[in-house]
Amino acid sequence: MAMDILMIEDEPNIAEAVRFILTREGWQIGLHDDGAGGIEAITQQRPRLVILDLMLPNRSGAEILGDLRAADDPDLAATPVLMLTARGETAEAGQQADAVLAKPFANEELRAIVRQMLG
Amino acid sequence: MPFETLLAICLAYVVLMFVVAFAADRAAARGHVRWLDHPLVYTLSLSVYCSAWTFYGAVGYASRSGLEFLTIYLGPTLVFTGAWWGLRRLVRVARMHHVTSVADLVSARFGKSNRLAALVTLIAIIASTPYIALQLKSVSLSFEVFATDTPAAPIINGATLGGTAGWVAAGLALFTILFGTRNLAADERHHGVVTAIALEAVVKLLAFLALGVFVVWGLADGPADIMARIARAAEAPENAEGWLLRADRWTVLNIVAAAAILTLPRMFQVMVVEAADEERLTIAGWAFPAYLFAMSLFVMPIAVMGRELLPAGANPDLYVLTLPASQGQDMLAMLVFLGGFSAATSMVVVCAIAVATMVSNHWLVPLWLAMRKTPGGETTDLRGFVLNARRLAILAVMAAGWVYHQASEGSAALAAMGLVAFVGMAQVLPAMIGGLLWRGANRKGAYAGIGTGFVLWMALIFLPSIGLGGDLPVAAGMDPWALAVFLSLSANTLAFIAVSIFGFPDPVERLQGLSFVSAIEPIRHSRMTRSDDRAEPLLAMARRVWGPEEALRFFQAEARAQGKSGYLPDLTPRFLTRLERRLGGSIGSATAHAMIDRVAGGIALTVSDLLQVADEAQRAKEETQRLENARAELAVTARRLREANDKLTALSVQKDAFLSQISHELRTPMTSVRAFSEILKDPSLTPEERTRFAGIIHDEAGRLTRLLDDLLHLSVLESGRAQLSISVANLHDLINRALSAASATRPERSFLIDRDPSSEHLGIVTDADRLLQVLINVISNARKYCDAERPVLILRVRNLEAEGVIIDIIDNGSGIDSGRQTLIFEKFARLNDPARAGGAGLGLAICREIMAALGGDISYLPGQGGAAFRIRLPKRPPVGTAASGSSAA
Amino acid sequence: MPDKPLFLERASFHRRRLGDAARVLPVLSALLVLLPVWWAPALVSFAGGVLWFFLLWAGLILAVWALHRALLRAEAATIRASEAVAAGQSHPGTGAQSHPAQGDARRNAGDSPDAL
Repeated sequence: MAMDILMIEDEPNIAEAVRFILTREGWQIGLHDDGAGGIEAITQQRPRLVILDLMLPNRSGAEILGDLRAADDPDLAATPVLMLTARGETAEAGQQADAVLAKPFANEELRAIVRQMLG
Repeated sequence: MPFETLLAICLAYVVLMFVVAFAADRAAARGHVRWLDHPLVYTLSLSVYCSAWTFYGAVGYASRSGLEFLTIYLGPTLVFTGAWWGLRRLVRVARMHHVTSVADLVSARFGKSNRLAALVTLIAIIASTPYIALQLKSVSLSFEVFATDTPAAPIINGATLGGTAGWVAAGLALFTILFGTRNLAADERHHGVVTAIALEAVVKLLAFLALGVFVVWGLADGPADIMARIARAAEAPENAEGWLLRADRWTVLNIVAAAAILTLPRMFQVMVVEAADEERLTIAGWAFPAYLFAMSLFVMPIAVMGRELLPAGANPDLYVLTLPASQGQDMLAMLVFLGGFSAATSMVVVCAIAVATMVSNHWLVPLWLAMRKTPGGETTDLRGFVLNARRLAILAVMAAGWVYHQASEGSAALAAMGLVAFVGMAQVLPAMIGGLLWRGANRKGAYAGIGTGFVLWMALIFLPSIGLGGDLPVAAGMDPWALAVFLSLSANTLAFIAVSIFGFPDPVERLQGLSFVSAIEPIRHSRMTRSDDRAEPLLAMARRVWGPEEALRFFQAEARAQGKSGYLPDLTPRFLTRLERRLGGSIGSATAHAMIDRVAGGIALTVSDLLQVADEAQRAKEETQRLENARAELAVTARRLREANDKLTALSVQKDAFLSQISHELRTPMTSVRAFSEILKDPSLTPEERTRFAGIIHDEAGRLTRLLDDLLHLSVLESGRAQLSISVANLHDLINRALSAASATRPERSFLIDRDPSSEHLGIVTDADRLLQVLINVISNARKYCDAERPVLILRVRNLEAEGVIIDIIDNGSGIDSGRQTLIFEKFARLNDPARAGGAGLGLAICREIMAALGGDISYLPGQGGAAFRIRLPKRPPVGTAASGSSAA
Repeated sequence: MPDKPLFLERASFHRRRLGDAARVLPVLSALLVLLPVWWAPALVSFAGGVLWFFLLWAGLILAVWALHRALLRAEAATIRASEAVAAGQSHPGTGAQSHPAQGDARRNAGDSPDAL
């Protein structure tokens, strides 16, 4: 599958910024804009990395992450996740995530983390 | 006297009655009820007992049967000598249960059975129709007396006289509908009607007394002379026989008259239903017998003098009119005519109201409810239906009386028709008295007693009175009529007692019986579902009966009594009892009971529940009562404290949540700004990309500014430092501006706006810009969230004396569920809401703070069939802020 | 309660006797209206009857008026008396008056489990 990254984010402007930054690095990036249906999108598209916003309508990022880690398929459950959060506290939100990035972030920070995660 | 003059005077008198009734209703609406509630007005209203039958018929009765006529007034006097412990208790119990009629009383006592009430209603209609016909007849007869005195007599033929009765019936129907069905109050009181009747009572008393004085001192030589003349008249052979009192008739008639004062629909209406409390009976207890005394005092003298002075063929029923007319006393005759007119009209009006209430509550409304099986869901206006049913019933009652009058032209003597009605209604008495005094009385017994009495009355008294069937074959020396009455009443009582003894009452009935016999507050004991979501359907139902205002006020007061804020009280047995009785005051206890059961879920009342309640109730002595009250008070206080504590806890949680939410709301636009401004440093961007990204940065910066503005605004409002610029504005213009500003929200949806511009033209003194902001916010919310297929927005403005200006904004969407209704005014309430189109969720919080600053408030109205907000604005803005506003200006 | 002040007892005794009178009055008046007609109809049917019934009637009206007035006053007196007693009880010190208060407290305590 050609998809490198799936991003789940409901703020269209942030999504566009992230996509622009990461596309220039040469990655393929898909987008989903609602908490509902998030896990299904991951299951279908099987990305190598998921960028997940914490505050989503209908189903929060933490819940989607829980769903993902509980998936039957061990490969799917092990998908690396980068959590984005606009709340102050990053620790508890990112317990199950592989990395956490607080908004607002420097573009270079984002690039470095993603590069490292996609190795 | 020329017929036209008579007609003119009559019309003037009728207009006076309309004016008096209208003025009294207005005064009552403004809360000036002090003199309307005076015991004297109450006593005078009781005089509907003295109908035209008394006014004209008593003299006729006396001239035929001597002193026997006294029974009709002595019977009620005997009842009133027991006013202290008997009538006061009847009124107290009836008011406790918000009883609307004699049928309702019986039905409420015997397990809220509507069929029993329907049976009593049937008797009331059969008994009342000839009685009303009798009043119409007396009015047309009295017209005839004046008409034959005029040269224009030949043109007054039978048709126009029949027309007289028709016109009178139509006029009375109009009066009754106007003042008897104005509103559907929770207690069935009609101040306008009662005041007009009290005035008519004065007119008829004065007229009769004036005639009596004229007869005793003008025609005869004073009391001694009259006594001598009575003695002489008694020596006439036909009188020695006819005037001799017969003990059986005398006794039965006293009993029947005593029963009539309690059971006649119109007497029950004025004595029990219209009474504000039972204390006025301490005055009426002697004042009403005194009124009857005064009305009877001159009957015998007039009868004797009429016999002496008038030709042998003259109708004794009209002596009161023909006697002054034959002596050339036109003014006196006119006064007497108005007195008789008053007597007839007041009886017809009250009788029509009473019977119409019964017909609508016990026939039409239950029928209508039975035809539509799901009363909870639909939004039909039940109140309008009940009022229309009552109007229809009034018309039907009047029409029946008129038809009966036309059909029985000049058949029966006046007195006979009145007595037939008395005996008919007296059949309710055993069940009524038994129900009040005997806990063992039950519904089957009441059916048996009333049913037996009804059948015997029809067969032995009513049908013979209209010429069907014959008198009872009796032994010589017995009076057949007295025997028939005695038979029907004693069979009735025996059947009632016997069936009650062998029957077993159901639980609801036993509860009601306990409440009636012990005169203690009844408690509706039910295993009503504890969940609060039934309160809203109940409110919706009450709204259909009382109209929105009244219902909301009642629910709010009940919730406050429980220590709750808002409009939805807990469904405690106490609240349900009070709701049911208040509803019963409008639509009858049986219907109210059934409706609440249907809306709030059925009740499962077991015998052990009942025993528990009965024991509790019996121990409701003063001590326990005091403890109960203290505990209830404690419970209310505790609840308030708990609410305050919850609020404080919630506030501290909220504060943390608020900070974290502000952080989120600020970081989100900042992320885009930061990311795109870094991207813009890249020299390889195309000009299009550059423009687009700069645009995004601009938008997000604007969003940040708006958010900061809102926060600042809110903090200024919350700290009470808001400066208002007070001016006078037209609410209509403000609403127009708000509607057009809000139409920018989801412009693709077209709303049907339902508003009443004439009520909106109000000059209000307030900060117009801030009020506008509130209006725009609420209307935009409706546009955003109303999910109806054909969205409708209802705007209602009312200017109330006490509360100020009320603006209700109601849509027809699915509304807000009761769990979230208190949350929506909190900051960031919509945070997890998919439809939060760009806003931060501060709108309603700001609205609440603005309204507080303006001295009013904004609240959510449950049970309106959609999302509904009420904005309340005081007459004047609060003084402190107004002063600071003006000093700033 | 032997310690209950005398005047409360007298007031409520007076009120109860008046209450009895109010119950007897209807019975008495019914007898006065009905019996003469059974015994001597000829005597009360004509001019004599006019005198008898109207005098009786006036008497009944006066009796009800006087009775209701007396009852209202007696009720007011009882309330005043019980208020005075309550005021006396709340006054501290006198041992004799504290007795009834204790009795009341016991009764309350006995009742409350049932009420709850």
